[in-house]
Amino acid sequence: MLKLERRPAPSKVMTIASPLIAALAMLLTGIVIFTLLGKDPQQAFYVFFIKPLQTMYGFGELLLKATPLLLCALGLALGFRSNVWNIGAEGQLTIGAITGGGVALWLGDSTTAWGLPLMLAAGALGGMTWAAIPAYLRNRFNTSEILVSLMLVYIAQLLLSYLVHGPWRDPQGYNFPQSKAFGDAFLIPLLMDGTRTNWGFILALILALASWSFSRWTYAGYRMQVAGHAPAAAAYAGYSNKGNVWMALMISGAMAGLAGICEVAGPIGQLQAEISPGYGFAAIIVAWIGRLHPLGIVLGSLLMSLLYLGGESAQMQMALPSAITGLFQGLLLFYLLAADLFIQFRIKSIKPARTPEARSVATEAA
Amino acid sequence: MTIAMDFPSINPDFSPRLVLTGITKRYPAVVANDGISLAVMPGEIHAVLGENGAGKSTLMKIAYGVVKPDEGTILWEGRYQHIANPAQARRMGIGMVFQHFSLFETLTVAENIAQSLDAQMPASALAARITEVSEKYGLPVAPHRLVHSMSVGERQRVEIVRCLLQQPKLLIMDEPTSVLTPQAVQTLFATLRQLASEGCSILYISHKLDEIRSLCDRATVLRNGRVSGTAIPANESNDSLARMMIGNELSACHLEPQETGEVRLDVDKLSQTTIDPFGTALKEINLAVKSGEIVGIAGISGNGQKELLAALSGESLNPRASSIVLMGEAAGRLNPAQRRRLGLTFVPEERLGRGAVPAMSLAQNALLTGARHGLVRYGLMRHAAIRRFARDVIARFGVKCGGEQSAASSLSGGNLQKFIVGRETMLQPKVMIVAQPTWGVDVGAAQLIWQALIDLRSQGVALLIISEEIEELFTISDRICVLADGRLSPQVRLADTSVEQIGNWMSGNFSALSANSDADGQPDKHGAHVKQENNLAQA
Repeated sequence: MLKLERRPAPSKVMTIASPLIAALAMLLTGIVIFTLLGKDPQQAFYVFFIKPLQTMYGFGELLLKATPLLLCALGLALGFRSNVWNIGAEGQLTIGAITGGGVALWLGDSTTAWGLPLMLAAGALGGMTWAAIPAYLRNRFNTSEILVSLMLVYIAQLLLSYLVHGPWRDPQGYNFPQSKAFGDAFLIPLLMDGTRTNWGFILALILALASWSFSRWTYAGYRMQVAGHAPAAAAYAGYSNKGNVWMALMISGAMAGLAGICEVAGPIGQLQAEISPGYGFAAIIVAWIGRLHPLGIVLGSLLMSLLYLGGESAQMQMALPSAITGLFQGLLLFYLLAADLFIQFRIKSIKPARTPEARSVATEAA
Repeated sequence: MTIAMDFPSINPDFSPRLVLTGITKRYPAVVANDGISLAVMPGEIHAVLGENGAGKSTLMKIAYGVVKPDEGTILWEGRYQHIANPAQARRMGIGMVFQHFSLFETLTVAENIAQSLDAQMPASALAARITEVSEKYGLPVAPHRLVHSMSVGERQRVEIVRCLLQQPKLLIMDEPTSVLTPQAVQTLFATLRQLASEGCSILYISHKLDEIRSLCDRATVLRNGRVSGTAIPANESNDSLARMMIGNELSACHLEPQETGEVRLDVDKLSQTTIDPFGTALKEINLAVKSGEIVGIAGISGNGQKELLAALSGESLNPRASSIVLMGEAAGRLNPAQRRRLGLTFVPEERLGRGAVPAMSLAQNALLTGARHGLVRYGLMRHAAIRRFARDVIARFGVKCGGEQSAASSLSGGNLQKFIVGRETMLQPKVMIVAQPTWGVDVGAAQLIWQALIDLRSQGVALLIISEEIEELFTISDRICVLADGRLSPQVRLADTSVEQIGNWMSGNFSALSANSDADGQPDKHGAHVKQENNLAQA
C-alpha cells in the first residue's frame, strides 16, 4: 500500500527537479496529443521545439519573447515571495504601454536623446499607477488584490482599445485600430543585426541581477520575505504590512510597465489593440517554474518563450490551432503543481503492522 | 498474573485492564515511543509522567486508536486487541479528554455531546442524562448553554461528561490541569478519585510533580520515548521524580532582593475592545513595572492575555497615547518598531510563525528583531555580523541545533524558545515582556531561561512575565497580579500573598477588594485604589 507522508523538511532536490519533471511530462503528454491528432509525433516535436531555434533570427525571437515574460515574472516573484498576489501584470503591462506610448505620440518626431528614457519612465509609472489601485484597496478596505488586479486587466485592455479606435487612431492608418508609428527616438535599439532582439533583453537581465541582489542583500528585501513566510512574525517584529503590500505591487507594476514598453517600443513600434499574447499571465507560470528565483526565472522565461514560438511554428507548418500554445502552458503549470506536492511530501509504502503472536506479555509488562 | 503482585496496594484478584507491551512508534524525524510497556489495573489512577516530547501524548493516542503503533501489542481485559480508531476504543470502554478541546463554540453543550455519541439518543433524554451524570460526579454543566460563553474549566467539564456518558472503563486525561485554576484542580481531583473508587481506571498524563504525588497510585515515567522508571508517587519526592524525568537534579533559581529604580512601563487605565467575537476586552488595566523588578501576571489564557500582549507590544494600537507610557514616552499609538526603538523587547507565546520564521535559518531569524544592533547598515544586511550575532545567542543560551544556518523549524520547542529569549535578551532591552516563558519547555531549559531573566533584572531591566504556571511566577517574580476576564488585579509582593489567594483571584474574585468602584462606575477611584495598593506593596 502507498501512503503520502509529510517530509521532515522540504526536499531541496525536489524543489529543483520539479520544474524539470513538469517540462518532461509536458513533452510526453504533447507527444500523445500530437499522435491523437494524427500528426507524426517526431515531426511535431521537431517543428515545435527544434525548428524555431535553428536560425539566428529564430534564436533572436526566443530572446525577444522572453523579455516581457522575464520582466513581468521578476516583479511578480518578488510579490509572491512576500504574500502579495498580483495576478494583473497583463493589465499593468497594457497601461505601461499606453503611458509610454503616449509619451512617444506626444513628442512625435522629436529626436531628443531623452525620448527613450522618458518613455521607459512613463511606462514604469503607468504600471505602478495601475498596480496602486489594488494596493490601496487592499490596505484601505482589505480587498483581495488577486481579484482587483485581475479585473483591472480587462479595464486596461478596453482602455487601450478605446484609445486606438478613437482619439489616438492614426488618421493615415486606413481606419485600422492603431496609432501612428513611433519616431526613431522612441524605439529600443536592436541588439543583433538580422534579428528583432533589442536591448530590452539586456535590461531584463540587469533587472534579474538587481532583483537577486535586492533579496540577498537588502533589509527591505528581507522584510518582504519575512512577510511572505510568516505574516505574524512580520507584525511581531514591527514590519509594516501596508508597506509590504505597496512595495510588492509597486515593484511588480513597474516591471510589467517596462515589459509593455519593450513590446510597443520594440517589435510593434506603435500602439495597437492587441499588444501582448498574454505575457502577463504566462509570467505567473514563469515565476513558479523558476522557483521565484531570478536565475530560475531567466530559464523559465526562455522555456515559455519557446512554447510561444513552437506554437506559432506548429500553426504554420502543421495546421494546428492556435490554442496549442495555451495548451502547452496549461500542461506545464498543471504538472508543475502536481510535482511540487513532492517538495513537502513523499510516497511511502506501508507494511502491514506486525500481528501480535503469542508473546509472553504479562511477564514482560511486569 | 504477576503484574499485580508487585503492587500490593491493588487488589490482586483483578487482572489488569490494559497492558501495553513493547509499543514503538517512529516518525520521520524522531522515535516517539521506543518499546514502551505499562499496565493499568481497574480502579487505578496511573500517571504517565515525562517532559514535553518524552512521548506521553503519542502513547495515549495509541491507546485511544488515533495513532497506530509500528510495533507492540495491546492487551485489553485479558485479550489482544487492535484498536483501529477512536470509535472502536470508545466501544471497548476507553474515553479520552484531550489537552485541546474539540467543542463547537456556537453549539450548546447537549448539541456538542450529541455530535460525538456513537448511538442516537433523543435530545430530551440526552439532556436528562447529562444532568444526571454531571450531578453524580460533581461536574455542574447546564446542557443548554452555548459553549462559547463558558470558561475553559467549564468546557473541560463538558469534555469529561461527554466521556462519562459512555461509561468508560478507562479514562485518559491528557494534561488536564494546564488550563485550570488551583481550586478547579481540586474539584477535578475529587471527581477523578470518585471515578476510580467505582472501578474506572484512569491514565493521567502530566508533567506536574505535585499533582501526580497527591493524586496517582502509580506512575510510569518516560524519557526520550522510553520508560525511565516506575514509581509509587506518594513515596517519592519532587526531586526524585524529576530525576527520573530529566536525568539530573533541579537546580534552584532564586531572587536576591534588590533595589528597584524608576518606572519604565506604566499602563494607565488601558481599555481596549476587541473585534474577535470570542476575544476578551481589556478593562481599565493599571500596571507599573520598574527598573530591576520582575512583575508576573498570572491567569488562564483567554482572559485577555492575548489582547494585553498585543496592546503592550504595539501589534494593536490604542487611541489614547498616554494609556501606555514606555520609558517616559506616551506609547499607546506607537507601532511595534517604534516601541522597540524605546528599548522594548518581547518574547511572544507563539514561537514558530511569530517569534521566529519557521522556514528561515537561525541567522536570518536573528535579524528579525535585531536590525538596529549593527546587523543592517545603509539598508543592507551585514551577513557576517548577523551570523556572529546568531552564533553568540546559540553559544550563550546553549541552543541545541546544527549551527546558525539550520532552519528555525528544525529546532525543538524548548531550543527555539532559548534562541528567541536569547535574541531578545541580547538586544539590550530596557523593558522586556515575556509570554509563557517556559511553556512546553523541558525543566533544564526552563532553568536557563529563568536565570537569563533574573540576570536581566540584576542589570536593571524592567520585566513583565505573563504565564499560566503559578509555580513559575512564584519562582521568578518580585510582584504578582492576576488577569481575569480582561481586568487586572492589584499587584502584590510575593511575600504578601499565597498560591491560594492568587488562585482565588484567577476566578475573578479580586473585585471585592479593589473595585467597589466597578459597581458604581467610578473608574478614578478604582485606579487610585490600585495605586495605593502598589505603594503599600513597595513600602
